[in-house]
Amino acid sequence: MLTATDHNMGAELKNHLHEQHYFRLRLGVAAFVVLSLFAVLAFRFSYLQLKQYNHYQTLAENNRISLVPIVPNRGLILDKNGTVLAHNFFAYTLEITPSKINDVEATIAEISKLVEVSSLDRKRFKKLRDQSHNFESVPIRTHLNEIEAARFAVNHYRFPGVEIKSRLFRHYPLGKLGSHMVGYIGRINDKDIKNLEESGDLSNYKGSDHIGKSGLEQFYEKYLHGTTGFQQVEIDADGHAVRVLSSNAPIPGNNIILSADSKLQEIAETAFGDRRGAMVAINPKTGEVLSYVSQPTFDPNLFVDGIDSESWKALNESLDKPLINRPLRGIYPPGSTFKPFVALAGLEAGKREPPYSINDPGFYTLPGSSHRYRDWKPGGHGTVDIQKAITISCDTFFYGLAMELGIDNLTSFVRHFGFGRKSDFDIKGEIEGLLPTPEWKNRRFKQPWYPGETVIVGIGQGYTLVTPLQLAQATAILANNGVAMRPHLVSHIQNAQSGKNTAITPIIQDKLTLNPNHIEIVKRGMVDVTMPGGTAASVGANAGYTIAAKTGTAQVIGIKQNEKYNEHAIDERHRDHALFIAFAPAEDPKIALAVIVENGGHGGSAAGPIARKVMDYYLLGKQPAPDAAKENKILNPATPIPEEELHD
Amino acid sequence: MISKLFQNLFKHIDAFLMACLFFALLTSLFVLYSASGQSLDRVSAQAINMVVALTVLWVAANIPPQKLERVALALYVLGVLLLIAVALFGSISHGARRWLNIGFTQIQPSELMRIAMPMMLAWYFATRDGKPGTANFIVAGLLLAVPVALIMKQPDLGTSLLIASSGFYVLFLAGLSWKFLAGAAVSLLGLMPVFWSMLHDYQRKRIEILFDPTQDPLGAGYHTIQAIIAIGSGGATGKGWLNGTQTQLDFLPERTTDFIFAVFSEEFGFLGNMLLLSLFTLIILRGLMIASQAKSTFSRLLAGSITLNFFSYAFVNMGMVSGILPVVGVPLPLISYGGTSMVTLCLGFGILMSIHTHKNLVAN
Repeated sequence: MLTATDHNMGAELKNHLHEQHYFRLRLGVAAFVVLSLFAVLAFRFSYLQLKQYNHYQTLAENNRISLVPIVPNRGLILDKNGTVLAHNFFAYTLEITPSKINDVEATIAEISKLVEVSSLDRKRFKKLRDQSHNFESVPIRTHLNEIEAARFAVNHYRFPGVEIKSRLFRHYPLGKLGSHMVGYIGRINDKDIKNLEESGDLSNYKGSDHIGKSGLEQFYEKYLHGTTGFQQVEIDADGHAVRVLSSNAPIPGNNIILSADSKLQEIAETAFGDRRGAMVAINPKTGEVLSYVSQPTFDPNLFVDGIDSESWKALNESLDKPLINRPLRGIYPPGSTFKPFVALAGLEAGKREPPYSINDPGFYTLPGSSHRYRDWKPGGHGTVDIQKAITISCDTFFYGLAMELGIDNLTSFVRHFGFGRKSDFDIKGEIEGLLPTPEWKNRRFKQPWYPGETVIVGIGQGYTLVTPLQLAQATAILANNGVAMRPHLVSHIQNAQSGKNTAITPIIQDKLTLNPNHIEIVKRGMVDVTMPGGTAASVGANAGYTIAAKTGTAQVIGIKQNEKYNEHAIDERHRDHALFIAFAPAEDPKIALAVIVENGGHGGSAAGPIARKVMDYYLLGKQPAPDAAKENKILNPATPIPEEELHD
Repeated sequence: MISKLFQNLFKHIDAFLMACLFFALLTSLFVLYSASGQSLDRVSAQAINMVVALTVLWVAANIPPQKLERVALALYVLGVLLLIAVALFGSISHGARRWLNIGFTQIQPSELMRIAMPMMLAWYFATRDGKPGTANFIVAGLLLAVPVALIMKQPDLGTSLLIASSGFYVLFLAGLSWKFLAGAAVSLLGLMPVFWSMLHDYQRKRIEILFDPTQDPLGAGYHTIQAIIAIGSGGATGKGWLNGTQTQLDFLPERTTDFIFAVFSEEFGFLGNMLLLSLFTLIILRGLMIASQAKSTFSRLLAGSITLNFFSYAFVNMGMVSGILPVVGVPLPLISYGGTSMVTLCLGFGILMSIHTHKNLVAN
């Protein structure tokens, strides 16, 4: 007799055997599927390798069919009036494929007997060769003329591995003008390849040698480049194309049309003369950038085919730093140009509303401290209300106002004007500038915030740093009554084939609701700046339209207490930066701008005239006087300038 | 004495399977030498990967399957948690979120799932009494769906499909009803359009290009076109080692990793392909044999799934390189360059050997 346990065990065993049997059945099915699918593979291999062998053999070993990419024409860059800022032309280049040659040096020596090969050409060749793969062809000479090309063609048979190619070259006809805006293209390097790989665009760059490296050329790369076409060609044993089997035309890149005007650009850059600085002019209602100056500039044509090391060294090591894109990457203390925004912050916080006024003794002290925060005018300005404080740039007034607002209120309000953040501009590399807060200081220096630091933020000094683009944008936002439009340089994308324009829609970035009376007070204060008695009276003289403006100077080196700043006693590069912001016509602003002249001294006299010329041309179509550059008397005050204008 | 030590050291190693693996790994080194443009650095790096992987194999072979059974649940839970962590904090590279930074290094939790998934399901069915019913299969289906969905989300279509199939193998071997299988096959066909609409653009493109590689000959279709030319031009006996023109002239992309089979095919031809297929078949048949002889439900389901999973990799890779499957990032098992997949594979083979050599202990 079986016990219950035995019975269970028997059932379990039976179950187990049944399960195993069933499992083996399933394994059998799986094995069958495995073998069938492997049979499918085997069939596929036999099809490719036995049946179609001849076909693939032809394709591979004789290497007779080759896919040749056809590089699309790169889009043009045009200014507002259709003036060409960047275009392409065909030229012959002489290119060497190092892997096909035993002695590259000897070959170059032979070539130089036929066509001129300068030492710069050799250096560039060496640099490009180091950067590229051995089987790629590298140019030894570019821009061959017809005679040189013909002379080499006759001797071509002597130079296997050396090829004459007809290539599209990028050219910037206006050279240095607006080069920081337009940017340049350069040869594709490993980093570019990596980026293209990540964005999935690499296959569209087969055959392309160049890519946008800076400025608009870089930002609008995907519009400018176009779509690469290709040809399937049959080639003979020597590698020459015999027959086109199929072809797909390339689609040329789009043209981009700027809102800037090259004529205005020229006027602005000429107005700078040989001084360093930056200027950005914006249409406050749309955010369109009308002019974008970074001085000094450079010739972008140098970069297209790889800049030679001497030119590079000269540009890179120059004290004037011509390669820095100042409007975007130059950071400066805003100085007194910050005051209108501080004033508005005060008014919106319900402080200093007229008829409130102070009696200015010429300095400000914090309660319980003897340290004097000096006004620029010894002895003070007397009775000053908020509008007058802007007009005469009264430091004392703003020291107190900043203190009363507190640093957090102040910075969070002016942040709406674009300070301390990126503006989403259409050139890459923008930096944020700095709106200091106690929290920032603690993070950065592990130090507490001192009240005195709030005081000087009120006049745009201290840690506060802005870029010229930010300053121009803030002015535009003020001119536009608190509505921030995204600043942008390109107004239209043009289809190169159909000629159809697609407008870039203006984008509202931020909308501050402001009391119209408060804006009015600030704007009136700024209009008076360019009136007699204001800090930039001469800028407004005989303008024929009203200019709202504010001057500023930013210290480059600190001045000790009780020491007087003497511009003539200081090395030129240690002089103050001159700043100037303005918009006009004040009642219906069409242009807002910010000008910074590095080490220029005073805002009204150094930066103001540049702004005036730009506004005159933009609003009235007026050309500056022929000797405009010499007209600036900043360093040679032969004619007396009113004291108001010597300060800010 | 020494022979005894030797015997002890290798008593859990299955000689037949090991011989097959050695042969495959040796082939890998030779093909890699050619594919990498005769780079000894690449070959020695791969040799180091192999040493690590074989050590893992030896360790796994010495762990009795009961121990694995005990950690299966924990391993699965850990895997799922890591996948959730990837979804939340993973680092993005090439547009996919697959890696998790754990301080000193980065890990790819989907790799863990390749083993944890079949272990979990095998454990699940082993703990149910009697013939598993519909409810069991539904639970198992859910256990399978969660990690697969997380991996698909990364997105990593190839890996998620392969892990799904490794889980599916367990369900199949555990006795999923034929009616259900037929129904699933029909509804899968019906759901194709839905699935299609859920795919990312690049995934769709890969499938479109499968049907017409000439659509994008410079871009995504390039891989497939060049690989097929390489295979086809290999002919019956191949162009010979180091003599593949497609390989040596840089026409073949990713030729040390996912497309290494094209290199092999070009240089060793149809004959070589048949030998490689036979080698793979031997490995798979040996694995299925081990599964059929296994004594516990857990070990037989696990052994079956590991073996069939190896088949999936081999089939999908050779299928994609020869142009009958879409290009998904799956390496050729045992041959492609890469440490992670080598280690995961050898871990699987180690478990197989353990199941085989511990079976008499398990019997009671």
